[in-house]
Amino acid sequence: MSITIRNLTRRFGQTEVLRGIDLEIRSGELVALLGPSGSGKTTLLKIIAGLDWPDAGQLTVSNEDWLAKKAQERRTGFVFQHYALFPHMNVRENIAFGLRVLPAAQRPAEADIAGRVAKLLHFLQIDALAYRFPAELSGGQRQRVALGRALAIDPEVLLLDEPFGALDAQVRRDLRRWLREVHDATGSTTIFVTHDQEEAFELADRVVVMGAGRIEQIGRPDEIYDNPATPFVARFLGLTVELPVVVRGGRIEAEGLDISALTLPAHPDGPATLFLRPADIGLVPDPRGSYRVTELSSTGALLRLRLEGPADCSIEVETPRRLGQNLAVGQTVLLRPEAGQIFQQAAPRAIAHAA
Amino acid sequence: MTPVNAPASTRRSKRVLPGFGLTMGMTLTYLGVIVLLPVIALVLKGAEIGPARFFAIATAPRTMAALQLTLTAAAMATVFNAVYGLLMAWVLVRYDFPGKRLLDAMVDIPFALPTAVAGLALSALFATNGWYGALLEPLGIKVVFTIWGVAVAMSFTSIPFVIRAVQPVLEDLDPQYEQAAVTLGAHPFTIFCRVIFPAILPAFLVGVTLSFARSLGEFGAVVFIAGNLPMETEIASLLAVIRLEEYDYNGASVIALMLLLIALLLLAVSNLMQAQALRYKGGGS
Repeated sequence: MSITIRNLTRRFGQTEVLRGIDLEIRSGELVALLGPSGSGKTTLLKIIAGLDWPDAGQLTVSNEDWLAKKAQERRTGFVFQHYALFPHMNVRENIAFGLRVLPAAQRPAEADIAGRVAKLLHFLQIDALAYRFPAELSGGQRQRVALGRALAIDPEVLLLDEPFGALDAQVRRDLRRWLREVHDATGSTTIFVTHDQEEAFELADRVVVMGAGRIEQIGRPDEIYDNPATPFVARFLGLTVELPVVVRGGRIEAEGLDISALTLPAHPDGPATLFLRPADIGLVPDPRGSYRVTELSSTGALLRLRLEGPADCSIEVETPRRLGQNLAVGQTVLLRPEAGQIFQQAAPRAIAHAA
Repeated sequence: MTPVNAPASTRRSKRVLPGFGLTMGMTLTYLGVIVLLPVIALVLKGAEIGPARFFAIATAPRTMAALQLTLTAAAMATVFNAVYGLLMAWVLVRYDFPGKRLLDAMVDIPFALPTAVAGLALSALFATNGWYGALLEPLGIKVVFTIWGVAVAMSFTSIPFVIRAVQPVLEDLDPQYEQAAVTLGAHPFTIFCRVIFPAILPAFLVGVTLSFARSLGEFGAVVFIAGNLPMETEIASLLAVIRLEEYDYNGASVIALMLLLIALLLLAVSNLMQAQALRYKGGGS
């Protein structure tokens, strides 16, 4: 089921939650909506499910206008952040719910429902939990039941809101792999919302980065990681070090910077901002360097340093501890960025982050 | 990690809130003096007359008639309160409309109003020349001096129990359950029956039980509208008062004991039903 979204807007009172979303999702794709809280990603998901309605725009699924359809008729499998399992029903009853509430003409016989539930329980590897109540399940088990309940109705589109948000790290990693397998096995079009970039990049075919109600970038995970399209995406993906530079004749010039290791696409001349990940900056001890180490702490594997540079700029840098044996507070260094992105005079941080 | 053989004094001081002994002691004393002792006295008073006489008084036609009327009218009032109270709680929680807060405050009027005032107002309204009575009279419906009047008075004074029991639970119900049901294809009525009602059922049962219990014991409002004809519209509590005025202490306490027994039985049944409705929370984490 391919999904086409055109110029979707949603306002809550004065706040514009979605400001013109255009998005095309292919049939069978696994797409992540990635963004900080307040970026409108959950609202977009709810609009696709029919739990919220846009103020303007179009939503077409397989050439059908879904805005003319009620949520009940859309057959989306929605998995809620906190699962929303019906507390008074056991696992089997929860999974069977979507089949039992079908109009009498379409409802399968009770035996068929039982068979389908049993098959799903087996597929989701939760056969043993059939007669438990949600209160008796762990977070990861609830997640599986919630997915089972959503899959029971053979959804055209599977939507997951922060599917791993409430789980601890180990369960998260296991379930991530498992969700990918489920997606590949069912072949449904799947969209999930997350604020965790690692999760989005590991799991999704394509990632949609959202910020303040707009789509900032769409692309394959590596594409986005290597080439963030906007300062917002760069900051969100951890390129938190921002250095003012000047581009002259296609070359980057900045005090105390050794850019020989850096390859960047051509950039028009003029003042610009260089975005770097703290871990992508090499440090070369140099008595004439213009950055001075003011703080130094170890996390075991990494050394975290605070550097003061020209024009009162202060930056944070991470480097593997074994490479930083020769660093000490008070020392001056040269920065040698290994990867980064350059943008024309980026908006100041504070404004870009207000959402 | 407290060592197993820690001295008693350090274990005592582990309690976070002080004053357990004092507050618990006061609670139990009060409960004993105000609730338990009177009940025991009542039971003893009833017991001292011996089973044969007890049975004779309990099954006397006038006693039976009074108990039957009280139970029937209380059941009628409770059925009405259950339906209407649920509806009212639903409207108060689910919709926003002008005057909502006023309506919400009005729910408490039956509790705040002295029951005699309520009884007087109701009998004036339902009298053949009252506003409601004048309308009902041509239809052949008589409320005052009939079991209907008794039921109306009982319902009026006990309806807040259902509303106030259901309201907070309905308010706290996570909308995600309903949203989940919608995405699974359930339509509003199905959602109410299968998702919302089971969630509020325990609170609803509490409200209904309290409403019934209050109706059983309602006196002030009922005596104004019932007419109090022996064998016809005489409620059990009134009969107990009449026996007392006749210096028939035994007769009064037998009737009181019967009411007590019914109320306790009711509480037990209600608690069982609540436990049943809440069984899914059993292994709860």
